[in-house]
Amino acid sequence: MSIASTDTPREVAPPVPREPLLCAPALALFLVMLLTPLIMTLVLSFNSFDFYEGIGSTFSLANYTEVLGDRYFYEIFGRTFAIALATTAICAIIGAPASYFLNRMDPFWRSIMVLIVLGPLLISVVVRTLGWAILLGNRGVINTALMNIGLIERPLKMMYTSGGIVLALVHVMIPFMVLAVWAALQRQDPATEAAAESLGAGPFTVFRRIVLPQAMPGVLSGSLIVFALSASAFATPAILGGRRVKVVATSVHDEFMNTLNWPLGAAMAMILVAAILITMIAWSRLVEDRVGRAYA
Amino acid sequence: MAFLELDRLTKRFGMITAVDTLSFSVDRGSFVSLLGPSGCGKTTTLQMIAGFEDVTSGRIMLNGRNLSAVPARERGLGIVFQTYALFLHMTVAENVAFGLEMRKIDKPERARRVKAALELVHLSHLADRYPRAMSGGQRQRVALARALVIEPELLLLDEPLSNLDAKLREEMQLELRRIQREAGVTTLLVTHDQSEAMALSDRVVVMEKGRLQQEADPFEVYDRPKTSFVSGFLGKSNSLRAEMGRDGRLRCAERVLTGPAAGLMPGAVEIALRPERIEVVDAASGIVSGCVTEKVFLGNQWLLRVATPLGDMIVLRRNAGRNEAGIGDTVGLTWNPEHLRILPAEGAA
Amino acid sequence: MKHNGPFAVAFLLVFAIFMLAPIVVVIGVAFTPTGFLEFPPSGLSLRWFRAILDNPDFMHAAWVSLKLALVAATVATAFAVPAALAIGRGSFRGREVVQSLLMSPLMIPTVVLGIAFLRFLTVMGLNGTFFGLMLCHTVIVTPFILRLVLASVVGLDKSAERAAISMGASDWTVFRRITLPTILPGVVGGWVLAFITSFDELTVTVFITNPSTTTLPVRLFSYIAQTTDPLVASVSTVAILFTVVLMVVVDRLYGLDRLLIGEGKR
Repeated sequence: MSIASTDTPREVAPPVPREPLLCAPALALFLVMLLTPLIMTLVLSFNSFDFYEGIGSTFSLANYTEVLGDRYFYEIFGRTFAIALATTAICAIIGAPASYFLNRMDPFWRSIMVLIVLGPLLISVVVRTLGWAILLGNRGVINTALMNIGLIERPLKMMYTSGGIVLALVHVMIPFMVLAVWAALQRQDPATEAAAESLGAGPFTVFRRIVLPQAMPGVLSGSLIVFALSASAFATPAILGGRRVKVVATSVHDEFMNTLNWPLGAAMAMILVAAILITMIAWSRLVEDRVGRAYA
Repeated sequence: MAFLELDRLTKRFGMITAVDTLSFSVDRGSFVSLLGPSGCGKTTTLQMIAGFEDVTSGRIMLNGRNLSAVPARERGLGIVFQTYALFLHMTVAENVAFGLEMRKIDKPERARRVKAALELVHLSHLADRYPRAMSGGQRQRVALARALVIEPELLLLDEPLSNLDAKLREEMQLELRRIQREAGVTTLLVTHDQSEAMALSDRVVVMEKGRLQQEADPFEVYDRPKTSFVSGFLGKSNSLRAEMGRDGRLRCAERVLTGPAAGLMPGAVEIALRPERIEVVDAASGIVSGCVTEKVFLGNQWLLRVATPLGDMIVLRRNAGRNEAGIGDTVGLTWNPEHLRILPAEGAA
Repeated sequence: MKHNGPFAVAFLLVFAIFMLAPIVVVIGVAFTPTGFLEFPPSGLSLRWFRAILDNPDFMHAAWVSLKLALVAATVATAFAVPAALAIGRGSFRGREVVQSLLMSPLMIPTVVLGIAFLRFLTVMGLNGTFFGLMLCHTVIVTPFILRLVLASVVGLDKSAERAAISMGASDWTVFRRITLPTILPGVVGGWVLAFITSFDELTVTVFITNPSTTTLPVRLFSYIAQTTDPLVASVSTVAILFTVVLMVVVDRLYGLDRLLIGEGKR
């Protein structure tokens, strides 16, 4: 490699990379329009509020202690997380096998099924939730049908319940789970299933021992997305829960738009973000310890 | 009696016949290669033997029992897949143990057999590692151990070496043969690589367009090809169009050639002649003479292309330490008439 | 390829019904001739579709949403495409930080974005203005475009550009003649996804509109909260139809699954 040369090669200054410059407009926009507002909101959450004087520029933890010290807020946070956890669990239980079956369909039916499962992603959440409101109401489609066939006498209460919210949220969130699991399934070598079968495994064993473990990273990442989105969902709980079944997002909306106690609303939002983050980190740590080794 | 026997096996996908009345048999303990270009139906055949494809018609008999009605998971065959199909979420030992688990073999026995299988493939030291971080050759060995540990009646290998680089491939060929001998398992290898098939097998089954072309030992397939496809697919070959006259004489480009006494019917034939069987002599003393148009140095050999009245012919000359005729030189070519192979003309068969 | 057994087929069928039920119900209700939400409708009537035309609130909101989605998607594309080129091919320091920042609106809870924008726009005196709304939507939809364009930039063959340069093409010519045509499907796909996202956005927008800049989802949302007549269903049906048409267009241009999966798969 070392070829001696008498004349030293001319030092050529590397050209100034222009690539970072291409980022500059977007970066500027995000610094002004995203980072600044978020920091302002964080600051806002430490400010005081007076009904007559508005937002005061003091700096205290009063809003946080108010939220963290009040049973009323406990209930809201507890409900929010219970709804998010239930939604995540149901999405995983339905989404994993659904993606597996979807992956095995023949291309024509698969493309139709993909449209049915993923298409709703592109339809407004308001519209989809309206559909659930029509289905779940006391005089809604499900109750009317059940009463007509005589299965129940009085309508089941599904509107304005956490259960109704979970049901509609599963509908909204399941495409994310299917996408995540499906992506994991596509990375897997289809011959592994044949290999397991040739070694004597039945269809259920193949799914449980071969497919599911390989789909786990997808289920994990899907769960994280679904959990984060469900815990901060607004439209679905607002429409199906009304004023009676409040979650954090709808309470924050109330604080900002009705009570006008912005600092308190901001503090609730910050606690929500922190809680979601902590749950997500804890969850991925937990799962990584169990399934992560092979994927390191 | 044949251990594995395929009897007029046929597979149709809609209008396409992928495997067409294929019959051949494999003796117990032998190593047989199913050789052919991609799309010749060899993989479909393997899939049918394994039970992953339905059989359109025909039978597959293994050790006297008809496999057709047996589901894949009950056939008890060891299969090494082209992609190895390792279970990436399990350790090497867990991969190998999987088939034993399915057979509900108790733990101590399982551990003993896993250990033995890993020893056979020289992987004992990696038992607790995950396959994700392993090299191609190591993965290959895991796949082999996993297939062999269940002591299958038949080992199916689907292009097992095609994902390895050239040097490793040669090494694994020797390993594969050693492991197969030590395990004493009847083996069917599917490959498109003629040198691999010849190096490894006791017998070679050549397929093309779903049909059997020839079934013989490697030497015979190479040296006495039955069809022009076989002659062209295995190694290099000169193929000359010729005519078998009613007088029993062989005419090629209006010359009469001496060939081996053959019982072919008069008509169009094809002459196959291996390039290494041709001698280069003086222009005057050859059977034909021609002008060298191309000359390639291959290290241990020279490859010459000579334009002769019979057509372009390639000649392989052992590198004997001196230079050969150059481009533009006129040389004579000669050969022992016994080395001419007279085959039915392509398309006529 | 193995095929699904009867259990799998039944599972998928129930799943498909679950996914379609609320949408079918909304469309069905929209055709009712009566004045209340009934399903199945007792007759077929276009009464509630005509009612949309007579409702200036919905008409105005639809117009605002359309304008907003068009402008926000286009502006965001102008920001995201150069950024994607830089991030996808550059190796400058801080590249990952920039990418995370530009993708972060997907990670931040929308309700948090909503209050942050509300606070910021109020301080800047832009709250309730179309311009403020547009800036916020641009931020929200940028990651969608960035992701798709990035996927096509990463798959880009640099040697084609180098070949063009070796033939004497200027940077602009290389971009226009070589780079842009290669990443165009990603750009178009990203634009459409951004358009749909902006058009459907509720949670952020509900904080930062005033009556004159109310968008269709916000209008629909507050209408549902107050009354329930089939008008919401007919408006929703029109919105669904609009989305379906867009989906078909995207499928032709880019492939719907690629768009939704968000990676240049196959």
